[in-house]
Amino acid sequence: MTTVLAQAAADVRLDANFVDYLLVAFYFVLVLGIGYMARRSVSSSLDFLLSGRSMPAWVTGLAFISANLGALELIGMMANGAQYGIATVHYYWIGAVPAMVFLGLVMMPFYYGSKARSVPEFLFKRFNRTTQRIQGVIFAVASILIAGVNLFALGLIIEALLGWPLGVAIPVAALVVLAYTTLGGLSAAIYNEVLQFFVILALLIPLTLAGLNRVGGWEGLKEKVTAGPGGAEQLSSWPGTELTEISNPVWSVIGIVFGLGFVLSFGYWTTNFAEVQRALSAKSMSAARRTPIIGAFPKALIPLVVVIPGMIGAVLLPQIQAVKAGTAPAGSDITYNDTLTLLMKELLPNGILGVAIAGLLAAFMAGMAANISSFNTVFTYDIWQDWVRPGRSDRYYLQVGRLVTVVGCVLAIGTAFIASGSQNLMDYIQALFSFFNAPLFAIFILGLFWKRMTGTAAWVGLLSGTVAAVVIDQLVRFDVLQLSSQAGSFVGASAAFIVGVGVALLVSMAGRPKPDSELAGLVWSLTPRASRSHSVEGDDAGWYRSPQLLAVLVLILVVVLYIIFI
Amino acid sequence: MTDSPEAHDAAGTGPTEVPQGGTDAPPSAAANLFDLRTIIAVLFGVYGIVLLIMGLVSTSTEDRAKTGGSNLNLDMGIGMLVVAGLFLLWVTLRPLKPPTPAQVAAARDDGPPAH
Repeated sequence: MTTVLAQAAADVRLDANFVDYLLVAFYFVLVLGIGYMARRSVSSSLDFLLSGRSMPAWVTGLAFISANLGALELIGMMANGAQYGIATVHYYWIGAVPAMVFLGLVMMPFYYGSKARSVPEFLFKRFNRTTQRIQGVIFAVASILIAGVNLFALGLIIEALLGWPLGVAIPVAALVVLAYTTLGGLSAAIYNEVLQFFVILALLIPLTLAGLNRVGGWEGLKEKVTAGPGGAEQLSSWPGTELTEISNPVWSVIGIVFGLGFVLSFGYWTTNFAEVQRALSAKSMSAARRTPIIGAFPKALIPLVVVIPGMIGAVLLPQIQAVKAGTAPAGSDITYNDTLTLLMKELLPNGILGVAIAGLLAAFMAGMAANISSFNTVFTYDIWQDWVRPGRSDRYYLQVGRLVTVVGCVLAIGTAFIASGSQNLMDYIQALFSFFNAPLFAIFILGLFWKRMTGTAAWVGLLSGTVAAVVIDQLVRFDVLQLSSQAGSFVGASAAFIVGVGVALLVSMAGRPKPDSELAGLVWSLTPRASRSHSVEGDDAGWYRSPQLLAVLVLILVVVLYIIFI
Repeated sequence: MTDSPEAHDAAGTGPTEVPQGGTDAPPSAAANLFDLRTIIAVLFGVYGIVLLIMGLVSTSTEDRAKTGGSNLNLDMGIGMLVVAGLFLLWVTLRPLKPPTPAQVAAARDDGPPAH
């Protein structure tokens, strides 16, 4: 994708005019304005790093989904829509919604109830300092690497759309994210994420409407896809054999349900601090539990305006048609990843084009700001306050938080140039997730439901899981295991999970568990039902604010969507 | 957005003693946050007006060819103005208000699990 996007620059250069730039500029004024205004709300480190735990659920819920709706996701999923058709919805419906509901209903009482300020701090409470520190360092490194990927991709888009060279585009993009996160901390990041959510929709909705118009509506699209190289199979979500690369339909379904729906998705959504942090900033337990569930509603609906335009792109754009038919001229650099920008160029007149560019830039900033704002929380609290320099004044930690944001952005510029050496950004990201998320999920879920699990078992399990994922990655890379990189990262994640659980079980047997009295509120069986529930008064009153009801509704929504797009 | 400093005094009441901020964390100023709904209304209000004008005065046949015949700027402009209006309505009907004692108590109840 890297060289591809850069070289395809001339092809996707958009004909933006004065009005478009004006609309983009206005968006940036608001983004920076939010950073400036959010500054007034910051007087302590908790305000800066966790928004003072004051956010209403609809804000944290939309920020929760927006932190995930980065442009890599947007471009990658639209590319998948073009390549695989409807089956791409699995990434959203089975690959995200159940895990988000599980996070809200089952795990959030422990996260929020323990008053931990970060995932590593929760690990300290449940296990020990070593686990907290190891996870803190792993997470800090992972965040900066992923922020670099987002930043690099943002630079590529600015280069492609506006013609700025990469060396200028990357630092400028970093500077904007830096400006508002340093000023307003997490509040500014979260508020901007909510704004970004709406602007991204203002990019996707007109794209879908105009696209459907051009191909003769939904029926027209179905006809054209059926006649295309993918055939009618691309109009149904199951069994998704093309997506999984498993030719047996039964195993393909099992692969989707267990692989995507359980290991990958639960690992990502339930332990990724960049996501969980949004819920921890909610103002009450009820709001924290509703956060991922509210986020699940847009997550369930977004494929309608991502996957469908992707499919439209595959039948409408001659360049993508050629890629799909395998008839692209030699030397052509167009790939599925260019679907989004090519569609914007093809479908959107000036005016709405400016809104769309703002949305695309917003999507990149959302991804990077989420990485940076979770990085500085983990660094400030888990690495600096609890380890390197304990016992200082809060003012000191607030300043550390601000400084670390600057350092994080500078490091991300560095890792952006590392990412520029990678051939395929999505593969790079997938590999990172299998290294960092799957082993964490393994020890997390074991520790939550098995009170005998020891602290030593946690960090040994975490490290051995990571080693397992890295080994699989290397085996695939050097062709010892004959797998595509996508299947490789899934096998890696599964191996990390199994090894992590196995090692943690064995090590726990040898050690002495924490006494039950220290584990109340941290282990399921030792937490009384009353303290796993939440208040239903004041701002949390009303049937429509019940996390359970919302969870049932969103699961019904997914079932209905699956029935429509079976 | 309407939380109070009292909701954050729960340092050390969790399962294990952990300081919440630094040693002398000042009261949270999170209650000073502005209303995000107004900002969203402003964004879509301005975008809506600009797109509406673009749709009315400068829609070429070329533009219509792009969108398959519809006047996309006009449609989206109207749509965005409606969204802006809805957010303004929400702000007017349910303005931000300082928390009542009952809400503060509720926030406390949601705190760490009782032993």
